[in-house]
This record gives sequence, structure tokens and C-alpha cells, in this order.
Amino acid sequence: MAHSNEMGAPLDFKGLWQYDAAPEDKSQVKIAPRYNHFINGKFVEPDSGEYFDTISPSTEEKLSEIALANENDVDKAVKAARKAQKDWAKLPGKERGKYLFRIARLMQERARAFSVIESMDGGKPIRESRDVDVPLAAAHFFYYAGWADKLEYAYPGKKASPKGVAGQIIPWNFPLLMAAWKLAPALATGNTVVLKPAETTPLTSMFLAELIRDAGIPDGVVNIVNGMGATGAALVNHPDINKIAFTGSTPVGKFIQKALAGRDVSYTLELGGKAANIIFEDAPIDQAVEGIINGIFFNQGHVCCAGSRLFVQESVANEVMRKLKYRIDTLVVGDPLDKNTDIGAINSKKQLDKINELIQAGIDEGGQVYKANVSTPDKGFWCAPTLFTEVSQAHRIVNEEIFGPVLTIQTFRTPDEAIKKANNTAFGLSGGVWTDKGAKIFNVTSQLRAGVIWANTYNKFDPTSPFGGYKESGMGREGGLHGLTPYVNLD
Amino acid sequence: MRIPVLKTYKIYIGGEFPRTESGRYYELKNKKGDLIANLCLSSRKDLRNAIVAARGVQHKWAGKTAYNKGQILYRIAEMLEGRKAQFVDELIQLGYSAKDAELEVLESVDRLIYYAGWSDKYTQLFSTVNPVAGPYFNFSKPEPTGVVVAQAPNNAPLSGLVSQIAPIIVGGNTCVVIADELSGTVAVSFAEVLHSSDVPGGVVNILTGKTEEILPHASKHMDVNAVWFTDLSKELAVSVETDAALNVKRIVNTNYKKWTKEDAQSPYLIQEFQEIKTTWHPIGM
Repeated sequence: MAHSNEMGAPLDFKGLWQYDAAPEDKSQVKIAPRYNHFINGKFVEPDSGEYFDTISPSTEEKLSEIALANENDVDKAVKAARKAQKDWAKLPGKERGKYLFRIARLMQERARAFSVIESMDGGKPIRESRDVDVPLAAAHFFYYAGWADKLEYAYPGKKASPKGVAGQIIPWNFPLLMAAWKLAPALATGNTVVLKPAETTPLTSMFLAELIRDAGIPDGVVNIVNGMGATGAALVNHPDINKIAFTGSTPVGKFIQKALAGRDVSYTLELGGKAANIIFEDAPIDQAVEGIINGIFFNQGHVCCAGSRLFVQESVANEVMRKLKYRIDTLVVGDPLDKNTDIGAINSKKQLDKINELIQAGIDEGGQVYKANVSTPDKGFWCAPTLFTEVSQAHRIVNEEIFGPVLTIQTFRTPDEAIKKANNTAFGLSGGVWTDKGAKIFNVTSQLRAGVIWANTYNKFDPTSPFGGYKESGMGREGGLHGLTPYVNLD
Repeated sequence: MRIPVLKTYKIYIGGEFPRTESGRYYELKNKKGDLIANLCLSSRKDLRNAIVAARGVQHKWAGKTAYNKGQILYRIAEMLEGRKAQFVDELIQLGYSAKDAELEVLESVDRLIYYAGWSDKYTQLFSTVNPVAGPYFNFSKPEPTGVVVAQAPNNAPLSGLVSQIAPIIVGGNTCVVIADELSGTVAVSFAEVLHSSDVPGGVVNILTGKTEEILPHASKHMDVNAVWFTDLSKELAVSVETDAALNVKRIVNTNYKKWTKEDAQSPYLIQEFQEIKTTWHPIGM
């Protein structure tokens, strides 16, 4: 039953095929040379007097400089949030909701500018920032806006009240989207917020600060301070915080959990992952190959729920491998602002070094490496899509989160074996299952120890759908009805 | 001196503003007896056209994502807020005080936003995953009933209309509304708001005229799934309910003293026009 395409030579994208450059216009976007903290509705200079550079990972050019928050700045921000909290919570839910709807609408209006800045500052392809990050961020505000006056239906028989002041620390892989995931449910339920964006991607948060000001949100309800780990630590250790919401690596998540031990501060952690993407022999193979590509190479693999461990049933392993290699050779790696680009820049030099270290470890431990035959620009931070075979459960690259475009591939014979291998990890954020048999989907998904499972699709997100991990991938859920819970006390 | 231009009030069917096919009209007068406007006295044929329009787009409307429907309802609110002054004027013509007129309009805007928010949430409230005693994944979720005919109340020219339309359409139904005879101007102007709010033609159809003439035809119509009436005489209510049995129409008989108050809004009004579908799926290898 071999189809001629299956046996034929791969398409030659390097020869006859050439893409014309199709860069998104960035002339409409005005990035200020310097951004200050956003505290109490105003942009204020840092107590430290210090600024740090934010660069474009695709050109290594400086885009702007950002105020660095020390403990005093964090304290000011928390105080502003505390002062604003009472009135914000007192506002009737439907009026609070209207403010959130405004944020959603303004974000839709400024969507293109947000996407361009996101791609410049973070390195992700414009196609993703334009079609995923920004519209989803607006949708999150739209969704939680509607909850603000409906909490009695979310918690029947209980009265939901806000936690108070929430400290929120977000990562660099989906900067604006993570800000939205954090802010929207917190604000809808009457909390006020101090947000700390990641140090390599502060720009869209600062544009968001301007948007929040323009939306007329009362002063102090949202405060944004930037900085490195020390700034985040100052926020976590601040004595007047009621809740910490963190998205980032598992080691930092563990540090936060320890730091909060014995304190009356509730917390949610959305941490790392090492998701199994399982391809059964009865899967639609071409569709599965696209799903594998999307699963691991979406956002350069800088995705906590990336399908980074591929498990393929032995009987179809050769076919899947052949198609996968053909496919990754066609990926376009390069300018994030180019609409043809599939894989943009690695977010930072530091992250590129970490990815390269793990690739080397994979080779040293006996893995067979296949690097996509793609060209990359001279300047900037790049990593060609990489596949590893001949790896086992014991290898570092199978165990550790790489957070880059690197896929490990193992095979299995029976569903039980696949499930055992898939669950053999400290993580439990997500997973993928590919099969045409519905009954098998529900059997396998019910046995996988992970918070989000995609069946015959991958990396789908929606504001109505809860997201979060089992085990060392964190605790608590963001999104959906369940995403309200971390931000309310129930009496 | 400039002579003001007066508006011709027409009915709203399938995204268009035709006159009634019957050519009939009635005079809407203020309390002093002055003419406010001539309004269409809609006929049985107008009703049937409206039902055909509503049925024609129902499947497509229900198929839009909840997010999209929510944004469209929000858009109606945006448009209504922008035309506040016009509605206040029309309500004052009907005898409202300026203060009451403003309340009527602003609460109607808020009501639309309330239901816009429910669009992607009521399913989460009314659905269940059922732990059946066997290897099955079993879930129940609401789906729209279909085409709903609503009789608008006589004590709330705008808020009543909005409070009926919003929960019906946010759940993926389409509707035909029979406007209150004495507030038809407001109803037709609201149709103009709907028309400029990305609401697909046919999702909401609005007829002016006499309830007691039009509604009995609606309750007998075999392609209507539900009827929501508010303030019928006992006799007419019984007759509508009786005729509803012809094709087992769902009957909702809910009215409020003050439609502007928050007790006139609820996700359970969305549920009134929903069917629950349960799906069984095996779990195995």
C-alpha cells in the first residue's frame, strides 16, 4: 500500500524553491529608548538608578533599556497594590469586568504592534506572535472579564473574595500571553497585582503597562517592575504579599515553594515539562508528523508543554523517522519578523549555551544526532532543529528539560510500554496521543500522569481550558473555571 | 428654520428592513394623543418569513465559536452605548422621564455585557462528565433548541427586549421577537443597533404589531422550537400553550416587574433554550 510520495525523494527546498523575504513592517512600532517601572499608575524611575539592556536575540542589537527593580522598588509596588486593593475589590463585579473588557479590546486594536514587539524582543516567529500569543492574550482578558460578576455561579454556596495582593512572576517564552494568564483571573476576582516580567523579554509588558494606563484602570491595581532573579526573590520574600503565581523552571519553582514554607501566602506554580508524544501504528502518520513538528518546534521548543520525548510504535518507526527528517529539512529558520519563518531565534545567549550543552551531552552519551539541513543567519542566536535516536530513559536529554528545538525519539511495542515510559519522568505537564481509535485515546489519556493531554493534535490553548501540571511540573491550574480558584478565598 | 427629517419605522427580517407585506399600519401615539410614528402592523406572512429567516441561519449561528458569539454580543453593547441619546429621546417620547429613560438604556447595555460574558461559560456550568459504571467516557452538554419566538413585555421597551434576545441568541438559537405594541419605535431602533453589530442577518428578527394577532400563529407554526411569552392574558396564554403541543414546543412563561433589575438576568434563562446531549464513547485498546 506504499504511496509513491512515501518512497520518493524529499522535496528539494534548497534548489528550485526559494522564499522571497516577507518581513513584517516594524516602522509602525515605536520602542522608547528607556522604560521605567509602572507603579501606582505612573512610570517611575528606579530607586537603584540602574537600567539593563534588552536586546533582540535575532540581531543582538539593543532595543531599549529597562529599569532594574531592587527591594525598595518592589516594596513601593507592593504598597501601591495594597493601597489600591480595597477599592478594587469593592467595585461591583460588573464594573470590574468592564475594565477587563477594555483591556481585551485595546489589545485587539494594538495587536499588530504587540506581535511585532514580541517577535523583536523574544525572537519568536511573527506568525506565532500574530496568530497565537497576542490574540490568545486578548481572549484571556475577554474570558475572565465575564467572570468578574459571576463568581457566585463558579462557587455555589460559597462566597468568593479576593486573596489580596498577588505577586506574579512570568517567563520569557510567551511574555505577553503569560502576563495575560496571570493578570486576567487575578484582576477579575478583585486582587491587585505586582507583575515581574522576565529580564530578556520586558518590552510587551511595558506596552501592556501603557495600555492599562490608557484603559483607565485605577492606579495601583497593576504594577509592573522588571529585573533579574533578585527582583523576583524580593517579590516572593515581601512580607505583605498574599499570593505568588509563578511560571518558569522547576528549580526556581522549588526555591519559591521553600521560601514560602510557613508563611501565610498561597501559591501556584507552572513549571517545567518533558512531555511524551506517543504515536501508535494506527495513527494518521502524515498528520502525526505535523503534530510532532508543532509539538517540539513551536516557539523554538521554548515551551514548557513541548512534546520533547517522542515515542513511536516500532512497526511505523521507520516511516515516521523518514518523514520527520524530510520535514525538518524544509523548516525555515531565521528572521522572526519574516512571515515565512517557522523557527525564530533562541531567546538568549544563555539559553543557547544550555541547549548546546545538552546536545553535546546527548552525543557524549551515545545518542545518534540528526541536525536539520537548514541555514541560519550569522548574527543572533540560532539552533537548527535537532533529532536524537538511540537514546534511553537514562540519558540526560531524555530526563532534563532542554527548552529548545531538540527532540528525543524512542520506540515501543505495546501500549503499556508506551504508558510506562511516558510516565517515567519527574515531570507531568502535558502529553500527546496519536491514534485513529477513539477508545484507545481515552484509555491512554486516562493513564498518563499529566495535566493536559492532546489527542491527534498538539499545543492547543484556549482561555476556557485549564492548563497546569502534575508532579514536579507544578500545582494549580490557569485558564477556565479552575483558573479562578487560586485567586479567591471561599467562605 | 430647519424642518426635521422623520424616520420611517419598518420591521426587521433576515437582516433587512422591509415594510410589512400586508401594507397595514398602526399609529403609535404619546399620552397627549399626538402621533409619534406609524408602525408596521405585521401579518402572519411576515411572521412566517421571519421564521424562515431565523431557521435558515440557526445552524451557522450555533456553529460560531462561543468566543465569537460573546464578542458579537459585546459589540451590540458597544453600539447601544454609542446611541444612548437616541434611545433616551425615543423613551421620553413614550412618556419616560429623562432619568428613567437613561436607566432603561444603561441597564440594557450592561445586560448585553452580562450575557456576552456567559457565552463561553454557561457550557462549563451546565455540562457534566458522568462517572458511568463501565468503561465509557460519558459527557453531557447543552445545545441550542433552535428557533425561538419571544413576546416582548409591555413594561420595558428596551430592557425587556434585550433581556429576552441576549440569553436566547447567546446559546446559539435564533429568534423572532414580537415587539410590544406601545413601544415599537424603540424595538425598531434596536434592530438598527443589531444591524450594525456584526449580528448575522436572520439571527434576530423583530416584528411590530399586535401580539394577540401574531403570537397564535407562532404557537401553531411547526418550525418553531420554543416560545417565550411574558405578559399575556390568561386566555391567550392557555391557547398558546395548547397549540405548542402540536410539535412539543418548549414554553417559557417568565416576566419581571422591573426588567432593569438584576433578577431579570440569569444563566438559567440561557438554559431554558438548551437541550442536553449525552455522548457515550468506549474506553479500551
